[in-house]
Amino acid sequence: MRDISFGQYYPVKSFIHSLDARIKILVTFLFMISVFFIVSYTMFVFMYIALTIVIAVSHVPFKIVLKSIKGILFLLIFTAIINIFFTSTGNVLVPIHIGRVDMSITDQGINFAIKMAMRFTLLVLGSSILTFTTTPTELTDALEFLLKPLTYIKIPVHDLAIIMSIALRFIPGLVEETDKIMMAQKARGADIDSTNIFKKIKAMLPVLIPLFVSAFRRADELADALDARCYNASSKRTKMKVFKLRASDVIAFIAVVLFIVVIFLDKYLVTNLLVAPDLGGFEVQGLDICIYNLFRLVG
Amino acid sequence: MSVIIKNLSFTYSKNTPYEKKALDNINLEINEGDFLGIIGHTGSGKSTFIQHINGLIKPQEGEIEIFDIKLTSAKRPKVDLKALRSQVGMVFQYPEYQLFADTVEKDVAFGPKNLGLSADEIKERVKQAIEMVGLDYEAVKDRAPFELSGGQKRRVAIAGIIAMRPKMLILDEPTAGLDPYGKEQILNLIVHLKKHCSPTIVVISHDIDEITRFASRIVVFNDAKIMYDEPMKALFKHSNMLKEMGLDIPRAVKIANALRYKGFDISDDVVTAEDLLKEVVRLYNKKHNTAKSADGISFDLYDFSLKWGAEDILTPNATGEAQTSEPSHSSDINAACQDGDTAKKQNACTDVKDDETNHTEKDKTNDSRKQK
Repeated sequence: MRDISFGQYYPVKSFIHSLDARIKILVTFLFMISVFFIVSYTMFVFMYIALTIVIAVSHVPFKIVLKSIKGILFLLIFTAIINIFFTSTGNVLVPIHIGRVDMSITDQGINFAIKMAMRFTLLVLGSSILTFTTTPTELTDALEFLLKPLTYIKIPVHDLAIIMSIALRFIPGLVEETDKIMMAQKARGADIDSTNIFKKIKAMLPVLIPLFVSAFRRADELADALDARCYNASSKRTKMKVFKLRASDVIAFIAVVLFIVVIFLDKYLVTNLLVAPDLGGFEVQGLDICIYNLFRLVG
Repeated sequence: MSVIIKNLSFTYSKNTPYEKKALDNINLEINEGDFLGIIGHTGSGKSTFIQHINGLIKPQEGEIEIFDIKLTSAKRPKVDLKALRSQVGMVFQYPEYQLFADTVEKDVAFGPKNLGLSADEIKERVKQAIEMVGLDYEAVKDRAPFELSGGQKRRVAIAGIIAMRPKMLILDEPTAGLDPYGKEQILNLIVHLKKHCSPTIVVISHDIDEITRFASRIVVFNDAKIMYDEPMKALFKHSNMLKEMGLDIPRAVKIANALRYKGFDISDDVVTAEDLLKEVVRLYNKKHNTAKSADGISFDLYDFSLKWGAEDILTPNATGEAQTSEPSHSSDINAACQDGDTAKKQNACTDVKDDETNHTEKDKTNDSRKQK
């Protein structure tokens, strides 16, 4: 239980760690949107190279970053299967018909499946770099700052930020508590380590009930503690750590924006300027057209 | 020999930046009938250590032998952990937080049930365990554990462990978070359990005054290592080292040290309040050629240290030097003294250096106590 690695802050010093959390969130957000605008394999390759460089600069070991993909492995495979079997455009490679349903495998289906998997992986890797290099406190502070305009339409951004930071703050505590209660019940002979799934579920009850009881107790105590310190009594709160933009933040931001501009150019300009080869239903887009033509010239 | 631990080491979150060494080459033997106290700072490894004895953590290095069950880092042969856990009972810190069943009886029955005992046997054990911890079986068995008081909850939780009839009982901070009355009751319960339930007891505590009341042997953990393993009476010759580790020493030892520094001939064996009282009476007898006995004198160490000029006057600091009193203390002491002759006592407090006054004053204190 102690080794939950997904999204956990990885405490080392690096350029990425030192960046302003607001910039990091903004950049990650832009990155996530732009991922859906990548159309050519060439751009995917560029993106992965760029991401690899970012991970290397962040000093977070690749092994740990890659671990975060493990969590979405099922989703990846599932969407890939759906894409492969239920895309009917393109040239049929393996014809499969079950009843009236056309489940033929087409080259376009495989094309979609691969691109979708690459997109998902990019999304997870990109967002986990954010959480690996930013402390939960910085994250919530930055979010609060970025969402501040919403206060004008009466959304209690500060309260939401507090709720979020409390939730984040309590995760390790709850994990520890679970650990303790599990141990205590194990010491009384509970079958928590049993391989029998039914026994295991039954053994979880003596863990879950005390866990809930303690979570409610903690929440109660925390609410009292907030009250006792006059939380929300004064309207204007100041911050201990004030965000300050530095030159490096601006440079990082511009670099990412330039990269994103290239992605859009690839999708809209390159695809429209060049004449895509006619390969039946199989679409070749963006810089891939150049590469395709190059190969044709050589071969 | 009930437990033998050899070269035990353990590291949390190995090979990550969160890596933390919790145990470093621990060697220890726990004998049958031992009343072992474990003290140490937070994070010194004592909790990790006791979790090993119960098979809750697999050893990373080294081996543990508990009642002929061997635990090593090897995957095979598979250890019968249930058998181990029925022999070694483990009471965690704040054990009342692990109560879950809707009645006290069901909760206490959880352990024995997991051992696969017959219904009759379980019922008998549950009844006995609840009575053993000093609760009325008929009155509490059908009540929800959550409606009991803090001390009662804790006793129910302990009953849940001893219903498994372990040969050895481990308790982690058994009195944490209880009021003085609840503490006293749990301490008495532990002594009772040692006599009637589990002959071998291991207690972790940070309250040194508490642990010295019953432990016969004390192990000191510091920085993942065992620093001292001594019979209780012999431990406090290391007073200065203990202080350096940030550990407290018993109040009686502090007072004895201070009195010794003042020139009183107090024996090195003083650890508990009773020892100190005996020594004081001995000195009184020696001085006045009387043969008074220490029996029957009620003796409150806290009161005593207050009357003798407050803790910080009598407490020698690390170099063994006693501090001189400041006038500001007198008023506190004054308030603490409820007897009529406060003026004299205040005098004694401010003139601690004067051996003669000191002596007579002490005698008076003792006399007045005897009269009570």
